[in-house]
Amino acid sequence: MTVILNQSFTGVSIGAVLLLIALGLTLTFGQMGVINMAHGEFIMAGAYTTYVLQKPIENAGISLLLALPVAFLVAGSMGALLEWLLIRRLYARPLDTLLVTWGVSLMLQQLARDVFGAPNVQTTAPDLLTGSVSVAGVTLANSRLFILGFALLCVCGLAAILRVTPLGRRIRAVVQNRDLAEVSGIATGRVDRTTFFIGSGLAGMAGVALTLIGPIGPTTGTNYIVDAFLVVVVGGIGRLRGAVITAFVLGLLQSVLEYSTTVSVAKVVVLVGIVAFLQWRPQGLYTVRTRSLV
Amino acid sequence: MLEIDEVRAGYDRTTVLHDVTVAVPDDGVAAVLGHNGAGKSTLLRTAMGLIKPSGGTVRLDGEDITHLAPHRRVARGMAYVPQGQQSFPHLTTAENLQLVADGSPRGGGREAIAEALDLFPVLRELAHRRAGLLSGGQRQQLAIARALVTRPRLLLLDEPTEGIQPSVVAEIEATILSLAERGGLSVLLVEQHVGFAMRAAERYYVLEAGRVTSSGEGGTGAEKTVREALSV
Repeated sequence: MTVILNQSFTGVSIGAVLLLIALGLTLTFGQMGVINMAHGEFIMAGAYTTYVLQKPIENAGISLLLALPVAFLVAGSMGALLEWLLIRRLYARPLDTLLVTWGVSLMLQQLARDVFGAPNVQTTAPDLLTGSVSVAGVTLANSRLFILGFALLCVCGLAAILRVTPLGRRIRAVVQNRDLAEVSGIATGRVDRTTFFIGSGLAGMAGVALTLIGPIGPTTGTNYIVDAFLVVVVGGIGRLRGAVITAFVLGLLQSVLEYSTTVSVAKVVVLVGIVAFLQWRPQGLYTVRTRSLV
Repeated sequence: MLEIDEVRAGYDRTTVLHDVTVAVPDDGVAAVLGHNGAGKSTLLRTAMGLIKPSGGTVRLDGEDITHLAPHRRVARGMAYVPQGQQSFPHLTTAENLQLVADGSPRGGGREAIAEALDLFPVLRELAHRRAGLLSGGQRQQLAIARALVTRPRLLLLDEPTEGIQPSVVAEIEATILSLAERGGLSVLLVEQHVGFAMRAAERYYVLEAGRVTSSGEGGTGAEKTVREALSV
């Protein structure tokens, strides 16, 4: 029983990390349809923001708390700049977008190597997050609990922004019918840039969270990017609820399979499962029914 | 109010409009009639800024707005109801209206939403239903209400009664006629129903293959002339 609970918690914590890194993509890929291969580098930028802030601020707790908004701004600004410089010129050309953002991704990785060096670097976690708590015989790492709570907080925040704020309505409207949004008085270009800012900013905050579970390096984000795209596609493109469910299901599957087989076999089984699922349900877990054509 | 002068426009390398000139009088209604493919919708899309013309000018109250973005035209008092009962399908009826009120620099707000809902009371009962789940007639009423929330000075309507059941058509026609009579609003109406168009319009234009082939004073007296022009 304890083994099952331990593996379940591991699965949930893997799911929380997946969710956190996929959250930004639900906006930029899910809502806007942009295949941004540089999304992983925004995660990396967030992670390095934590590293940079820990140099002048020795208190790890304060630097971590400060890193969250700063990483959001740094990665968000990078995303908004990328959208303004390149992506907005390529909206009707998805393959070109993929290639261009992949090029940007390589450039940013090299920039990180030049600035911070090729080897991975380690940040210091606050004392509060280094220990663990034991509940019913299950050991719960504080850092994993923090990531789980933070991921759920980000989901609720993003859901609230999309559902109840004027900005959220504008983002959803532009996604659903760009021309109609424009002739309804919405500056669609500005909405695109803001959406990209938020999506990339979320990736930056995910990067901060990743510093709690291991060292960081120039390819920190790239290691997660495929998983993040999988979560968005399997969840149903643009569906936040689908992304949440998929992230945790994939995390639990990965954890259970790793326990009964090996890491590599678990990864293969999960990927085969996803391929089979998408053959059966190409639209993903969630879709929205509508009577209108647009 | 609106002057479309010698406008040439189309899609990619295909020219649809050939030096088209159309004017909408202050507080008046101009109707554009023509068969399918004549270029009526292209004319409205060009007037609204969704298509960039390759020649000619579009002026609003004398100001050249030919290269102005559509959302900036809305800020100057233009509103557009496109063909096909378009809405934001995953937003509720209330959200469709609130969305426009949020961003309206012309100070629409709650009052403007209430006024628009007064014109189409059925939308009040459907406030929390997603627009994609409304019937065609209800979606068209929502489309017109959404345009009115910006409190426009000029309303561009693209076949507002197309594909809608007769009882709702009558309601929409009556609303458009009452809006036109109320004053303070100019209308550029693209319509295939000649009777309705000529009842509403002070001036008409017949468009054939992207060219104005006939134009004149509107009113029911001109209906026969228009029908003859359209039958050619």
